[in-house]
Amino acid sequence: MSTTAAAFSPLLLSRLQFAWVIAWHILLPAFTIGTASFIALLEGLHLATGRESYFRISAFWTRIFAVAFGMGVVSGVVMPFQFGTNWSRYADATANVLSPLFAYEGIMAFFLESAFLGVLLFGRKLVPRWAHFVAALMVAVGTLFSAFWILAANSWMQTPAGYTVVDGRFFPADWLRIIFNPSFPYRFAHCVVAFYITTGFVVAGVAAYYLRRGRFAEEGRVMLSMTLWLLTVLVPLQIVLGDQHGLNTLQYQPAKLAAIEAHWTTRARMPLTLFAIPDEATATNHDAIEIPDLGSLILTHDPNGTVRGLKEWPRDQWPPVAIPFFAFRIMVGIGLLMLALVATSWWLRARGRLHAPWFLRLCEIVSPLGFFAVLAGWVTTEVGRQPWTVYGLLRTSDSVSPSLTTTDVALSLAGYVIVYLVIYPVGLAMMARIVRRGPIETPSQPVASGLPEGPVRALPILGADKP
Amino acid sequence: MTVLPFDFVPLWTAILGFAVFYYVLFDGFDLGVGIVYGFAPDRAARSLLMNSIAPVWDGNETWLVLGSVGLLAAFPLAFAIILPAVYVPILVMLLALVFRGVAFEFHYRDVEHSTFWDHAFSYGSTLATFAQGIVLGAFIQGFQVDGRHFSGSAFDCFTPFSIVTGVALVFGYGLLGAGWLVMKTEGDLQNWARRLGRYCFVGVLVAIAVVSLWTPLVQPQIGHRWFAWPNVGFLSPVPIVTALLALWEWRSLNNRSEAAPFIGAIGLFLMSYIGIAISLWPMIVPYKFTLWQAASSPSTQAFLLVGTLFLLPVILMYTGWSYWVFRGKVRADIGYH
Repeated sequence: MSTTAAAFSPLLLSRLQFAWVIAWHILLPAFTIGTASFIALLEGLHLATGRESYFRISAFWTRIFAVAFGMGVVSGVVMPFQFGTNWSRYADATANVLSPLFAYEGIMAFFLESAFLGVLLFGRKLVPRWAHFVAALMVAVGTLFSAFWILAANSWMQTPAGYTVVDGRFFPADWLRIIFNPSFPYRFAHCVVAFYITTGFVVAGVAAYYLRRGRFAEEGRVMLSMTLWLLTVLVPLQIVLGDQHGLNTLQYQPAKLAAIEAHWTTRARMPLTLFAIPDEATATNHDAIEIPDLGSLILTHDPNGTVRGLKEWPRDQWPPVAIPFFAFRIMVGIGLLMLALVATSWWLRARGRLHAPWFLRLCEIVSPLGFFAVLAGWVTTEVGRQPWTVYGLLRTSDSVSPSLTTTDVALSLAGYVIVYLVIYPVGLAMMARIVRRGPIETPSQPVASGLPEGPVRALPILGADKP
Repeated sequence: MTVLPFDFVPLWTAILGFAVFYYVLFDGFDLGVGIVYGFAPDRAARSLLMNSIAPVWDGNETWLVLGSVGLLAAFPLAFAIILPAVYVPILVMLLALVFRGVAFEFHYRDVEHSTFWDHAFSYGSTLATFAQGIVLGAFIQGFQVDGRHFSGSAFDCFTPFSIVTGVALVFGYGLLGAGWLVMKTEGDLQNWARRLGRYCFVGVLVAIAVVSLWTPLVQPQIGHRWFAWPNVGFLSPVPIVTALLALWEWRSLNNRSEAAPFIGAIGLFLMSYIGIAISLWPMIVPYKFTLWQAASSPSTQAFLLVGTLFLLPVILMYTGWSYWVFRGKVRADIGYH
């Protein structure tokens, strides 16, 4: 096979396609999981204190939540089909273990959508306050359950456990060990907190937007203060969780960790590489900026600790190095930036200058940073898992559908690229329009058949703020 | 691996069979409304058409996810063989469904381009339906299999037969959609829906006849199943009931019945579904693998069954309640937005 043909193989194109559809999809849960919990918190505070501003903020974010949730449904329908169309050998090999986890995700998401989302979106005037709070809580719990199952499946691919292999296919031996596989608790905690932080910065940015313009000052003040307190807890917590997750990776996926840190040769007193240009061909780093011993200290919590380099493994088991290396640094860089911003907020709060214009402007600018951190983290962990789909057991190249040609996948990839580039900007514009309108009461919207409040629709709430 | 003393395959066959049929009926009628949407007389009628399905369409579409994940969970081998084989129609269906789904909103909000979104809705619905019909035709014809993999080309599924099933499904969903609209509208619009229903019905009748005669010819074993003695005796009620239903459907499209055209269309779909099931039983990858050969492990099926048996009835009850809330005629004076 020529180099060009290999470069655009169905395998590579299928990987690009999966990366494309999941990268866009993950942005929505990254936001809806945080928003659902935030809404539940606001509903709870409203119930406890009776303050109307909590109610208005909650109603406002519920409108945005509904748009994001609807787009999540639309982009989510695409996902399960990918396993079949492009990754049929993966599906055949892993279905006995993983399919119930995917199915539970689907059925639970549907369950929450059918049973509680309708009450949350349309039932405010139909049910008592406490029932509305319960609905909000159940939606939040439901989104967390969805994340639970998907991340359990993802974690099993990273650190498989509780299975047996018969004829090259995986069979379940112990469901508890499959679900609570070694990396799952860390990944779940790290992801959920990342999603909360992402949402927190979005809320802070929107609050700053109102405060700078002197609109909805009370809501803006409450939102900014609340989220900065939440971030005060969450950002440092995330750094601890990230460290623990990294140690878990060191234990179970040492080659991935070596790629993340661009460690080529095993040694004690490993430096921490802040920046470098990793060169896989020569297995060296160019232009490296290093801090002596810190690599060992972080990874083994001992400056003399021995850290393994990629050369310990056969070449054909190496993940790509540059991508996880840089993606990880982007994620950590954003994390440190977030920490700096939160620390600044303590200092400003102590002086009673939290609403300083430059700080509000800063909050606006950084508000989408969480999404970039989530994507960078996801790229780190998924590219670092290569060349495997099931770590150490099933190769990515053995997972792709054998019947696909380059033309087939080029066609589908082009289709997904074009459609997503139309749909996402329009969806974003819809949410921006809701933000510009602000947290004001909208009159109850009549719906089909003359009944004003009805159950579930994913997208329809878009209409609720129709000018 | 623990071997459980219970065969879960019949139960999962029933659950999945139900989920697929539910999807076909429910997303069928709302896709059908999209198919006839392009023929609506004016803007007010188009709004009314959309309003009649706006509260329920996305719930219906969710069954597509449940169906696909259910197939993966219960019969993974079928999932792994069939999906690559119908790569192109699945792609077309997914992209068409995305466009159609967002059109519900953008039609109202993006007023400058509402004609574009009208087209997105009607062509998206039609294209998604046609693609599903291609999948059905390809499924009946069977797939080229090597070991546990599909070994043909992604374009094998486009055959004269599958094109016919594609067109047939467009008429079929169109009939369901028209039946739904007869039930949900009144006056001139209802008469219009009846007229379109009659056109679709003729298409469906021709399609059922063509597919029913063609299928035994493309697949001799299916012909043998239906026409060999004594099967021909046991199975003769299927075509007879279908014919009676067709007669009833035609009469109710021509008299003042409100719900009968929709119920008749459901009946015709049910009979076609039963017909396909009889033709292919017990195959899930036609002519290659049976339901039992393609089934996931008993432990897998049991683990998923626990939650499904609890969650599915709740979902169905709630869905039923939501249809009850939105019962009655869609009114022109009260927009959904």
